[in-house]
Amino acid sequence: MTRIGPPLGILAELTHRCPLQCGYCSNPLELLKANRELTTQDWISTFQQAANLGVLQVHLSGGEPTLRKDLDQIIACLAGNGIYSNLITAGVSFSREDLARYQQAGLDHIQISFQGATAETTELVGHLNGAHEKKRNAAGWAVELGLPLTINAPIHKLNIHEVPDFVALALELGAERLEIANVQYYGWAHLNRAALLPSYDAVMAQVDYVHDIRERLTGILNIDFVTPDYYADYPKPCMGGWGADAMAITPDGQVLPCHAAQTITSLQFERVTEKSLSDIWHHSDAFNRYRGDSWMPETCRSCERKDIDFGGCRCQAFAVTGSAAETDPACVKSPFHAELRRLPEEKPIQRRVIGKSPQPA
Amino acid sequence: MLLKAPFRPPARQKLIIGPHTRPVLPRHVRLQQDETRGKWVVLAPEKVLWPDEISVGILSRCKGNRSVAALSQELAAAYDAPIDQVEADVIEFLQEWADRLLIREEREPS
Repeated sequence: MTRIGPPLGILAELTHRCPLQCGYCSNPLELLKANRELTTQDWISTFQQAANLGVLQVHLSGGEPTLRKDLDQIIACLAGNGIYSNLITAGVSFSREDLARYQQAGLDHIQISFQGATAETTELVGHLNGAHEKKRNAAGWAVELGLPLTINAPIHKLNIHEVPDFVALALELGAERLEIANVQYYGWAHLNRAALLPSYDAVMAQVDYVHDIRERLTGILNIDFVTPDYYADYPKPCMGGWGADAMAITPDGQVLPCHAAQTITSLQFERVTEKSLSDIWHHSDAFNRYRGDSWMPETCRSCERKDIDFGGCRCQAFAVTGSAAETDPACVKSPFHAELRRLPEEKPIQRRVIGKSPQPA
Repeated sequence: MLLKAPFRPPARQKLIIGPHTRPVLPRHVRLQQDETRGKWVVLAPEKVLWPDEISVGILSRCKGNRSVAALSQELAAAYDAPIDQVEADVIEFLQEWADRLLIREEREPS
């Protein structure tokens, strides 16, 4: 039996509500309305349990987490329990006063997403007028207030040519970190993958550029690079292993081993409103199913890389092969490796909208 | 209506660590004891680091109130090690941390 260590981090999706409609959103296709969201007290109780379990960092995300009116209470609860808080926001729906309140409550770090490095691209991708200027203002307030700032740039076919401009933007705004995060193809991104996946040549040019600029900006800007695994030979070490040290919680309190785990329709998830977080972490089937290596197919179990990438991503295995217990098809050893790059016919991007079920690709 | 000029942060310079640098952990880089695991931990933006005992000895002295030379003296005394070697090791260690923006320099004398 696999030894179960304490969890380190939680991605808390406080709400699915969002002013943007990005076609690569990592939320599920069936988005929850506000009336399904956990109460303030539910989140506070969950985070107190998390602290007792050993959680050290919480990433407050969504949807757009600043749409929760109780966000400062939630941040204060994290700070009071010694948990490092990270706000992951689109940066279009709060004022300078709101941000100062979050900081007063104990916010440690803010990450603001930019859909493009230019106003045109940001609006083309997120479908919100004036979004770029709002994001620039929000980033400015963060730096003025002395909050460490990360710029998050989700990369795909529509903006991959702007990668150097994202670097210039991050430097101009005074960010400490830039995440050049190639879109991972689950949920909405999988639905829209034919319209979003960049060409092989564009990806390789980006890899060369990022490796070079990251070196040159050492000590000035931290650049984290999430590589696009559709063109890789080996899978990413997804979540550092299933149920190893992280979890995600949905707006209605379901606890997931990975934020995309709901795409694996054969799994059932338990809720913080029904069971303790400790019970779910240690004993739920969803967490134990792919822990360790006993679930692995022979390809992975006998592989010298199994302690490096843990068999890769369960959600990607499910999306491409129909079985979450397969080797991640990003791996050259997977019999489905070629399948990964076979795309459906390109169609217009379907926008992420609550209450409107998208058409399957 | 008066238009306020947009806020422009000063361009960040790469910090080069030397004997006279007064290193400090920024407020958002927290060295704390993790009771669950019985270890020291550093919490930083999207990072969790597990410093060993010697690293904790260095980091816990990065308060902006003493120079690299001074804190190296303290460590050399504590570990009964030659000061030249200790200072060289401390500079190398702190340079790596500065390169990841985890260490800053305290400019004002305190």
